[in-house]
Amino acid sequence: MNKINEHIIIIGNGISGITAAREVRKQGGQAITVISAETDYFFSRTALMYVYMGHMKFEHTQPYENFFWQKNNIQLIKALVQKVDTASKKIQLDRGDWLAYDKLVIATGSRPNKFGWPGQDLKGVMGMYSKQDLEYLEQSTKNCKRAVIVGGGLIGIEMAEMLHSRKIAVTLLVREAGFWGNILPPSESAMIGRHIKEHHIDLRLSTGLIEILSDRDGSARAVVTDKGETIDCQVVGLAAGVTPNIDFLKGSGIELGKGVKVNRYLETNIENVYAIGDCAEQQEAIDLRKPVEAVWYTGRIMGETLARTLCGKRTAYDPGPWFNSAKFFDIEYQTYGWVWAKPREYENQFYWEHPKGKKAIRISYHKETKAFLGINCLGIRMRHEFFDTVLNNQLSVDNVISNLKKANFDPELFTTYEKEIKTAFEKDHSNLIPTNNG
Amino acid sequence: MDKKIISLSLANPEPVNMNGVQKLSVGIGFAGLFIFVLALLNINFPYKAGWLYGSIVFILAGIIIYSISTYKKLPEGIQNNGVYFKSISSKGLWGWVTGIVLTALYIFLYWYPEYLGMGKDGTANKGLVGFFDPLSYFLNGHAATQWFVYGTLYTMAIVGFGYKFILKYRHNKYQLVRTISVMFFQLGFAFLIPEILAKLNPTLPYFSKDIKNMWPLNYYFFEDWHLKGMLGGGNLGMFMLLFGLAMIFIISPILTYFYGKRWYCSWVCGCGGLAETAGDPFRHLSTKKLGAWKFERWCIHFVLVFIVLTTIAVLYTFLGDPANKVLITRNQFTLGVIIFLSVVIAAIFIFRRKQLDTDSKFTLASLGIIVVGVILINFLSGQNNILFIDSYQFRSWYGFAIGSAFSGVIGVGFYPLMGSRVWCRFGCPMAAILGLQQKLFSRFRITTNGGQCISCGNCSTYCEMGIDVRAYAQKGENIVRSSCVGCGICAAVCPRGVLKLENGDEKSRFDYSPILIEKDNIKVSG
Repeated sequence: MNKINEHIIIIGNGISGITAAREVRKQGGQAITVISAETDYFFSRTALMYVYMGHMKFEHTQPYENFFWQKNNIQLIKALVQKVDTASKKIQLDRGDWLAYDKLVIATGSRPNKFGWPGQDLKGVMGMYSKQDLEYLEQSTKNCKRAVIVGGGLIGIEMAEMLHSRKIAVTLLVREAGFWGNILPPSESAMIGRHIKEHHIDLRLSTGLIEILSDRDGSARAVVTDKGETIDCQVVGLAAGVTPNIDFLKGSGIELGKGVKVNRYLETNIENVYAIGDCAEQQEAIDLRKPVEAVWYTGRIMGETLARTLCGKRTAYDPGPWFNSAKFFDIEYQTYGWVWAKPREYENQFYWEHPKGKKAIRISYHKETKAFLGINCLGIRMRHEFFDTVLNNQLSVDNVISNLKKANFDPELFTTYEKEIKTAFEKDHSNLIPTNNG
Repeated sequence: MDKKIISLSLANPEPVNMNGVQKLSVGIGFAGLFIFVLALLNINFPYKAGWLYGSIVFILAGIIIYSISTYKKLPEGIQNNGVYFKSISSKGLWGWVTGIVLTALYIFLYWYPEYLGMGKDGTANKGLVGFFDPLSYFLNGHAATQWFVYGTLYTMAIVGFGYKFILKYRHNKYQLVRTISVMFFQLGFAFLIPEILAKLNPTLPYFSKDIKNMWPLNYYFFEDWHLKGMLGGGNLGMFMLLFGLAMIFIISPILTYFYGKRWYCSWVCGCGGLAETAGDPFRHLSTKKLGAWKFERWCIHFVLVFIVLTTIAVLYTFLGDPANKVLITRNQFTLGVIIFLSVVIAAIFIFRRKQLDTDSKFTLASLGIIVVGVILINFLSGQNNILFIDSYQFRSWYGFAIGSAFSGVIGVGFYPLMGSRVWCRFGCPMAAILGLQQKLFSRFRITTNGGQCISCGNCSTYCEMGIDVRAYAQKGENIVRSSCVGCGICAAVCPRGVLKLENGDEKSRFDYSPILIEKDNIKVSG
């Protein structure tokens, strides 16, 4: 089934594109070319923060040694793709030449949102996405006393942690009433808010950005908030989400929406052109997911899925039960299944928080069927496999509560709280639990 | 040379980053060390004991105050900010200075102890060694030796920096308990108990009284002088001999089966203890290159073959000497060794053939080479020579090249340049043996949590043994590696809760996570 003479071009060397390349190589002998304008080699984008914080060097973010690519006959080109000509099946690079493909994979990821704020293009104003962003941040924070971060999400808190590690004072502007308030329910959001302040970050909730003020050299000198305050700063981090990085595809005939429109097989409207990762937009959302998923894990699963299709075994993207993770300063976050910030009408939610306020879990289950729907874990690690099984088999919330010990993934000797959690659950939700539940 | 402590206490020698209390604590620690320097320069102190204890207290107090002022004010969590910016922990100037000073200390210790003040041929100690006489008389009833000074400094380093490590990882109970364990074993079993036993039994010949010190790491356990010491050492000597044998053949295999080799390497062992405490600021400096792993296999197994054959040769000579009244003959001994090793090799082939990786194949080949070596020894040796060379010659080569130069000079001296586990990784023959068992006959593994890995690389970076942990974690594969010492730092630094050290069913150890690669599971071999 594998056509040895086929040339697969993958635009983008992030987790999606590289996963696709590696999985294709495992299954077949096609010629593979990966093109990136960002770096020579694949690196873990999620680890850029640790380079700035001095936990690692950039080379440590590269999961494969440099010889790996040649050894596995994956050709890497560092260039920017300017144009895609789907009629002649060619792409044009910024260095001028055209490359012919048999199959084209678009995996160009995202870029930080800019919502047209006055001053958003001043010197010292940046997002935090690419290696270039990291280099620019390094350069911009040489003489930085205070930075303002705009956006109360994952990148926002990461930027705050990065700058704080360099002893730069940070103000974090969050438009919502709580940190990551559209994802985290109020209690979790409040816990992270407290923890942010514990790290001496100036957290401003329900506060938006109006404009960024410039000094004489065209560098940012302050921001103005919608509360009328002016906050002096030398660096502004824009972390108000990301958007698919697909501008170069305009006019190519490939159907674009917010991202590159794909069906469940990750195929675009043009034959032999596919899109995966952050830049792909599902024509119809899968279960409760968003049509565009800018998440490491989904990018990786898309890469694995597409590799099968590319190798002749047409496979639908079926990501399985939702999961995600993050780390907010010192508090780890894992989630399995769906727990909505505002409970949906069919949801019942159970929340337990440790008295010291750094550990919590929230379990969502169906009001009628008692089926387990999802869990948020803060400061407690849980076993992915356990919840994957529970969600795939639609097991009950009782089952989860009784097996929390099995689900726990904290390091050995850690104090565990299964008993407290179970007692609390039975107290608050007793009318819902059969008495024979063990 | 006594800067050993100075440099290590400076986890962060960048003055700009130090607060007032930190500066004060470094000052206190330096003051203690300065007294050592003065002693080394043969300054005579009145009330020597007072100055000695004072300087020890100053050094420990310096480390403790430094640790408190560094970590106590920070929220609990991973404290690796700036590790790669600090000169000492990123092979900068301070790193090199520390490495050179430590290396020099070891060179003097092993080969030129007289410069440290060690009295030669019964003359009284001077200098630094002489400065430690009061403590030595107090503990063991004899004048100090360079090894007593070394043991004291070593213990101080493990206890002092162990406290620092505990504060640094105070949110992590596994690290807490493990560190208390290494501090306890060093202070009690390696230092105080042997010294006190020596004092209580002043007439016994010398033998090691550290019951956690195992052959082949403790390479002289089966040497003639040590065997004679134990055999002539009354009840205590016989206990040490029997317990030593039991450790090697009974206790260690059982514990390694249930807990992996970590029970020794990162909970009990002194080499591991120093690496985990004073060596912690350097753990990330171990190379993770594939080439280093290949070199590691050759190097560690060379040492293993070398020490086992040397030990057998020395025992062979010992048994051939009619003056030693022993129960077994040379032939019985060599036959016993051959049968034992053949049974081990055969058992592995029969029961674990499918699980053999390159690491364990190397160890198996080493055992095979040892069997051949034993046969050659038996047939080609005369009364006092082994393979036409004096067996004591082998021993002195091992003592020089491996026991001193490798485990001491490179093993600790190169902490700031090659990471804290150079010896454990490339040299320790005990680690090779325990590693084979860990790979093939153990319940221990590091479980990967489904598909949660983000390939960030913290685990690999902070693995002191140079294991590319991420290479397994990102594939959803459990980590079952011969060299893993189970320190648990990979699991601690993981920002996504992906890794868990655990003991469990042997069968599930090699499982892949069913989540990462959906539905029909393709085995990954990249």
